Amino acid sequence: MRILVVEDDKDVAGFVLKGLREAGHTVEHADNGRDGLFLAASENFDAIILDRMLPGGIDGLRLLETLRGQDNATPVLFLSALGQVDDRVKGLKAGGDDYLTKPFAFAELLARVEALTRRGKSDGPATRLQVGDLEMDLLSRSVRRGAQKIDLQPREFRLLEYLMRHAGQVVTRTMLLEGVWDYHFDPQTNVIDVHISRLRQKIDKPFGTSLLHTVRNAGYMLRAEDA
Amino acid sequence: MASHRPSSARPSVPAAGRRRAVLFRSAGVRFALVYAAVFGISAFVLAVALWYSTLGLLQHQVQNAINNDSQTLLEHQELGGLPSLEAAIHDRLSNESDPDGIYLLVDATGQILAGNLDRWPSGLTQDNIWYELPVTRQGVASVALLKVAPVPGGMKLLVGRDVRARLELRNVLRAGLIWAVSLMIALGVLGALLIRSLFRRTIRDISATTSAIARGDISRRVPVSGVGDEFDELAININEMLDRIARLMDGVRQVSNAIAHDLRTPVTRARSRLEDAALHASTKEEMQAAIDRATQDLDGIVSVFEALLRISEIEAGSRRAAFAVIDLAPVLEDMDELYRAVAEEKQIVLHTDIAKPLPVWADRNLIQQAVVNLLDNALKFSESLTVINFSARVADGVVQIVVADRGPGIAEQDRARATERFYRAEAARNTEGSGLGLALVMAVAQLHNGTLHLHDNHPGLRAVISIPAHKN
Repeated sequence: MRILVVEDDKDVAGFVLKGLREAGHTVEHADNGRDGLFLAASENFDAIILDRMLPGGIDGLRLLETLRGQDNATPVLFLSALGQVDDRVKGLKAGGDDYLTKPFAFAELLARVEALTRRGKSDGPATRLQVGDLEMDLLSRSVRRGAQKIDLQPREFRLLEYLMRHAGQVVTRTMLLEGVWDYHFDPQTNVIDVHISRLRQKIDKPFGTSLLHTVRNAGYMLRAEDA
Repeated sequence: MASHRPSSARPSVPAAGRRRAVLFRSAGVRFALVYAAVFGISAFVLAVALWYSTLGLLQHQVQNAINNDSQTLLEHQELGGLPSLEAAIHDRLSNESDPDGIYLLVDATGQILAGNLDRWPSGLTQDNIWYELPVTRQGVASVALLKVAPVPGGMKLLVGRDVRARLELRNVLRAGLIWAVSLMIALGVLGALLIRSLFRRTIRDISATTSAIARGDISRRVPVSGVGDEFDELAININEMLDRIARLMDGVRQVSNAIAHDLRTPVTRARSRLEDAALHASTKEEMQAAIDRATQDLDGIVSVFEALLRISEIEAGSRRAAFAVIDLAPVLEDMDELYRAVAEEKQIVLHTDIAKPLPVWADRNLIQQAVVNLLDNALKFSESLTVINFSARVADGVVQIVVADRGPGIAEQDRARATERFYRAEAARNTEGSGLGLALVMAVAQLHNGTLHLHDNHPGLRAVISIPAHKN
């Protein structure tokens, strides 16, 4: 994937660029708003990681508003030290697709950026999701693995749906809290781990091979064994 | 260009004018001047009214007397002819019934027929018009109010009254009034000065106090005179405001101290881990482990920061934007579902009883966070095979959310302080946590015009969030 990073802090930018390249992405970097806007408007990117506060007269919000004004729909993830709820709301209202507060773990950033680009691609309303031999019918709200039908609670169904929509990607606990439960804060208890482990009991345990994997220091990933 | 201010258009003020301007800018001087002006004007109006009403009345009385007199004499003439008139005049003069009476009867040639004036006053030319002229009466000069009435036969009858006494009275009255007005002006100025100094003194007290505080002496207070007047009220209000500011500053200071202490510990831990690894780690794995643990410590510090910022954000009351009328029942049921799994994992029975509906005017996200904090706490402090009660209901227009556990609870003497930032009860010293959870719950409850109460659950803790139910 081709990703543009607009970030003025050299250390943070270097860290992000290095990480993204290691994860196999092509990365461009701008260290001020003016250059960032020029790059974003003149070239094609799969995603943009955008700092809120930038030198060069154009801050992140202005940059994004200008970009959206030109009908440029590239997914944008805000990366900002402004962590208040109002700041977050402002960022999303300006056309941001996700918002991550500094300091951040790189795994979280990577997972969210990759989720963004996926969201961009599968726009059509899918009625069926499939990962390996695990199938989900969104219309009849039924799940089966191979020939075996699996009964899921409504919440478990939504959890699995989220994981299947992001199959092959790392999904963090925070993303699950936001995406499945709509909680925008981190409980102290490991609630997500417990729910994942229950889901595993149902979709993995009886079948021998695992689809739902734990990614150390990051989160979870649903993928077929051979993928 | 539009923002250019035409400073040259303003005329430069000469030095004396500027000083005057400064003097008039003093509120004390302004009040004093207004007071003096009002006082002076009312005194002047009073004097003028007194003057005209007194003198006008006297003048009127004299004129009436003259008219009557003149009328009676003319009737004498009509009835008894000239002799009767002359007799009546003589009678009046000898009788001395009115010592100020002036009479003069002359014939067509100007010859005096009767009367007490030595000669016809000069300047007295027209009939039936009031004159005030100097006259000579038996050799004595005086001033008289006079009126001439024509008598048939070409004669003229002059009737008047000596008004010298009245003129003297007028002079006395004028002098008196001038004195009185001068005295009033003096009193007015004195009063104005008094007001100014009073005003200045009160303002000076307040201004001295506030500028002392501006310089950093927050302990200063405005002196209260004890009279109970408006200035006292102002002083008391200012002092109450200062007390509140001082309390808030104390709070901030405590929190800063707590932050310094509570963050120093994990920072120290992270730092020593890294340093220890740098000095002693012999393998890549040891180094890696040290870095991982230090990163975890840093994450912990960040989460403390975030909780603190969140609490102050909530306390600042700036978060009402997300408020809406919502039903809490499904929100709480979601939470029950989220935590039920965790409770079962720990072999704790989560006993939930949520009434429907629970309409409130609230920020869903904040309520979620507050309740999650309570559930986190309850789960953290509960032993396995115990019960956690999670319930919600409406009672007397108040939505009560209760989370009650059978853990160690909070000792009674600690309960009041348990909602302070970084406060951690003895029993909780050795568990994980930042000591910010209940502070956040408290802040959320207060933002919703509600309360957080902590009770003894015999044993355990029973936390009750009460927020006003929304009425349709």
